[in-house]
Amino acid sequence: MVGRQARRPAAYYLAALPFVVALLFPFYWMVVTSLKQNAELYDLKAIPFWFRSSPTLEHYMFLFERTAFATWMVNTAVVAVLSTAIAVVISILAAYALARLRFRGGETLGGMIFAVYLVPTTLLFIPLSQIIRILNLGDTRWSLVVSYPTFLVPFATWLLMSYFRTIPKELEESALIDGCSYLGALVRIILPTAIPGVLTATLFAFTLSWNEFIYAVTFVSSTAQKTLGPGVVTELIRGDVYYWGELMAGAVLGSVPIAVIYAFLLDYYISGLTAGAIK
Amino acid sequence: MATAYAFVAPAVTLLVVLVGYPFLLALYLSASDAVVGDMGRFVGLGQFARLLRQEIFQQTLRNTGIYTTTAVVAKVVLGMALALVLAGLGRHRLPGSRLIRAAILLPWIVPTALSTVAWKWMFEPQFSVINWVLVRLGAIAYVSDLQWLGEAHLARAAVIIVNVWRGIPFFAINLLAGLLSIPDDLYEAAETDGATAFTRFWLITVPLLRPVLATVVLFSLIMTISDFNIVYVLTRGGPINSTHLLATLAHQTGLITGEIGRGAATSLFMLPFLMVIVFYQMRLMRRKWEW
Repeated sequence: MVGRQARRPAAYYLAALPFVVALLFPFYWMVVTSLKQNAELYDLKAIPFWFRSSPTLEHYMFLFERTAFATWMVNTAVVAVLSTAIAVVISILAAYALARLRFRGGETLGGMIFAVYLVPTTLLFIPLSQIIRILNLGDTRWSLVVSYPTFLVPFATWLLMSYFRTIPKELEESALIDGCSYLGALVRIILPTAIPGVLTATLFAFTLSWNEFIYAVTFVSSTAQKTLGPGVVTELIRGDVYYWGELMAGAVLGSVPIAVIYAFLLDYYISGLTAGAIK
Repeated sequence: MATAYAFVAPAVTLLVVLVGYPFLLALYLSASDAVVGDMGRFVGLGQFARLLRQEIFQQTLRNTGIYTTTAVVAKVVLGMALALVLAGLGRHRLPGSRLIRAAILLPWIVPTALSTVAWKWMFEPQFSVINWVLVRLGAIAYVSDLQWLGEAHLARAAVIIVNVWRGIPFFAINLLAGLLSIPDDLYEAAETDGATAFTRFWLITVPLLRPVLATVVLFSLIMTISDFNIVYVLTRGGPINSTHLLATLAHQTGLITGEIGRGAATSLFMLPFLMVIVFYQMRLMRRKWEW
């Protein structure tokens, strides 16, 4: 490390302070705004950092009573769960074959999957929207269930490959000699050993689906089919009128599930992140 | 052999149908004058030529260049600084260092579209917090002096600020992992030889961190050059198309206006840059895992 001499700990806290404040302030601001009465939000004399009059849940009530927020939340969850499940299953199979089975074209395929992993969603969203329409999925949340695996599978396959490679070959070889099929070896030997890897891939896939925005805003336009991000961004901003209290309440509620999941699985998250999980 | 092909078949099918085919379709569309509901005629490189003559498109290319370079440089510098601080906190086993490490990741994990809405509100000049603070500090006289999202230069700065804010944790955590993998005795030996903290940083930390840094920078370049969410939510490319990136302009041209041919061509302008980055990234990976 850089400074070996024992510096006073206070120096490190002091150095961390501006980062922590700058990185977390928007969340504080989100929460405070979502709990303020409108009269206070739009009062030039109010101090923005704290409450003058009592906090209120009216913005949250508004979301559930006057908008389709609950529907967007359900849609987001349905899309995230289904696309993650599909992607993880497909990826486990592909990653096992690529990591363990020798077959012609295997290396090329591995390279291609890595290349696809690096393709950003914004490169192909226009032709993909045409294909979604041809498949008759236009303007439905199913269009997202079908399209999200396109970026989840390359990423999850890549992540799982590196986990599978760390498992000693002898483990599955003995299973294969005992008459297990490859599928049997995968399910009985590899998967139980690679649970941290599978969990990491699932966590990331779920987060990516939950947070996805460009496909969601491009493929879906009717209120009842929307997911959280596009719902909040397109329906709570009407023309030039901003419902800041409601917008912040929506932002808080849309972020909390992800923050909670991540708080419980922090170590998996960091191990995945440093293994190159980027999007 | 047969088992292997069966195992990769679902992944390959998915990628052929929903990545390979769209890619070919993108090439076709960008070489056509297709609009919504009409596949159009073949126009060769006509769309690309027309785009390059358009002032909005030239502006967008400049924006994408400035956005990407400025944001990535800022993320490297600030992410490195934060990684060093986190490493220091961890090394001295200071209470709260784990909590701090978890907390600073928040901007990276929550949905960008939603956190950008919070920034949009922070940038609001009249009733919100940034201008309120600037007035109290005496930096500006009236809250109306800085129309963050209403003036081209400020709006360009604003989208970069949000991108940097979101990306710092990614850089910091990866660089921290890199820092922690550098053996301590290297520093001890250097210190015995009388090297200053600065020399140790330049001659030990930086060279040994290079592989991690290269990977992180390449990943970040891809994500930043192809960014959509932040600009879409914060400015929709405005005021008067001054903050568009390739992706947001493609969305506006291809799907709002309905000229899908030209929209697809706009998106494809990312491709040459992406190919260069992917090439370098794959070389790095090959070196790392040797497949």
